[in-house]
Amino acid sequence: MSPLHDLTACEAATQVRRRGISATELVRAVLARAEATEPAVGAYITLAAESALAEAAEIDRRIAAGDDPGPLAGVPIGLKDIICTRGLRTTAGSRILERFVPAYDATVTERLRRAGAVVVGKLNCDEFAMGSSTENSALGVTRNPWDGTRVPGGSSGGSAAAVAARSCLASLGTDTGGSIRLPASFCGVTGLKPTYGRVSRYGVVAYASSLDQVGPLARDVADTALVFGAIAGHDPRDSTSSPRPVPPIALDGDVRGLRLGLPKEYFVEGMQPDVDRAVRTAIASLARQGAVIEPVSLPHTEYAVGTYYLVATAEASSNLARYDGVRYGLRVEAPGAAVQEMYAQTREAGFGTEVKRRIMLGTYALSAGYYDAYYLKALQVRALIARDFARVFERCDAIVAPVAPTTAFGIGELIDDPLTMYLSDILTISVNLAGLPGMSVPCGFDQTGLPIGLQVIGKPFDEPTLFRIAAAYERTADWHRKAPPA
Amino acid sequence: MASLARLRLEPAEEERLTADLDHILEAFAKLQTLDTTGVPFGMPSLDQAATPLRDDVVTNPDAGEELLANAPAPQGRYFRVPKILE
Repeated sequence: MSPLHDLTACEAATQVRRRGISATELVRAVLARAEATEPAVGAYITLAAESALAEAAEIDRRIAAGDDPGPLAGVPIGLKDIICTRGLRTTAGSRILERFVPAYDATVTERLRRAGAVVVGKLNCDEFAMGSSTENSALGVTRNPWDGTRVPGGSSGGSAAAVAARSCLASLGTDTGGSIRLPASFCGVTGLKPTYGRVSRYGVVAYASSLDQVGPLARDVADTALVFGAIAGHDPRDSTSSPRPVPPIALDGDVRGLRLGLPKEYFVEGMQPDVDRAVRTAIASLARQGAVIEPVSLPHTEYAVGTYYLVATAEASSNLARYDGVRYGLRVEAPGAAVQEMYAQTREAGFGTEVKRRIMLGTYALSAGYYDAYYLKALQVRALIARDFARVFERCDAIVAPVAPTTAFGIGELIDDPLTMYLSDILTISVNLAGLPGMSVPCGFDQTGLPIGLQVIGKPFDEPTLFRIAAAYERTADWHRKAPPA
Repeated sequence: MASLARLRLEPAEEERLTADLDHILEAFAKLQTLDTTGVPFGMPSLDQAATPLRDDVVTNPDAGEELLANAPAPQGRYFRVPKILE
């Protein structure tokens, strides 16, 4: 039998429910795996060995008593460290929240626990989810398990790296401009950014509230569907969550007759040839299975990066106003200083450079005299971008494209060039601006052995079609079974 | 701008951020070239016709002590702040 940390989440939950293995054995194996991989990968900010073993013991007690703990029984899961966990510190990768211990669980945390999952730890990310490489974390470096000199992508870099390294069986990330799909692609795992409103954000540290969405990262499509099923659905505590029922996800459908749009703007100049080749090969495989590939156009794509960075930073500058050193988080104050001084000193010491850059940009975009020219203009272009997608979906069932123009870049390579770093999200951010679901599925490797992701983009609330396409592709490929060098 | 954002910046950081922001805003100037006359503001709602409202009842548990445990400078059941009025 393969080591327990190599089991998929589906296999592990089945075994635990059938009493083939205990939740405690499983969690021990994954914690041991994390101990072995963490020095090289650095996916976790906090490993919660003690509470994880206690939760596993409770699952085992329930199973012994004849209870069914749920579809994720005993499955060790890691959470991006912007998702609140009661009694377990939640830092957002920031000095300002380095010692923050939430008084409650996020809804997604609560739902995972209710489905039987065990939280093994909190995963590294760019500070307040602002970044594409996880290098903006104030609390450590995460390395790509496929090549330790490369970034894992971001902002949910720890969530992708841990799944790839098998130091958890599945994880949650958040995606505001590509922060689940990009790291999933860079680390060779599957990741889903659900439709805006499909998953509750209650208890998730806010970055840009009209764009943020929580979603799963996992080793294959079935595991991704399993975790998605556990977290999706309306939450009265998040007024932006949708009351629509969550349809069941079937993974055995075929793609015959499905119309897949191929946007010409997503095969950009300067794209790495290996990425172009792998994505086109994957799309050809879907065509061989009966999908109809149709060239389409999303003409406002070139405006998406500018639109995103105006909308997202405007929202961030408001959302991050709450970090003022009063109710929680870091406080820095010179003796006798006035309250305004305390705010400024706290925020100077507590926020990293990228966070300050985005707060400044957002403050500028919202300031009198510039509001119309920047913020309102960006809102209108956002409507045009959403309209581009709506037009394509009048005749297509989904869109297929690369996740990113390149494979994982080197650690330190883009950190001093924020604009180029922003461009790594060029193929993912439009999906957030339009509120659509998007998925990254492994579809090959470049010449140096770095993973490549296929992106599937769907209509609002049509996650079932995304899963159907992803599962059909996965049945003809074995990229998702490849593991990085131990 | 920094003071509006309640940020204090070191001189070197200020210089760097100013240069970055100029560069980024220059790239964003492209949006100005689009004619958006008559285009609505923002993403159309995917779902809801109106803002949902819930009943006005307290549902949060009383977590006073846990919440205060995160305060950098609590005083009894209060958050202490520096002097606001001279």
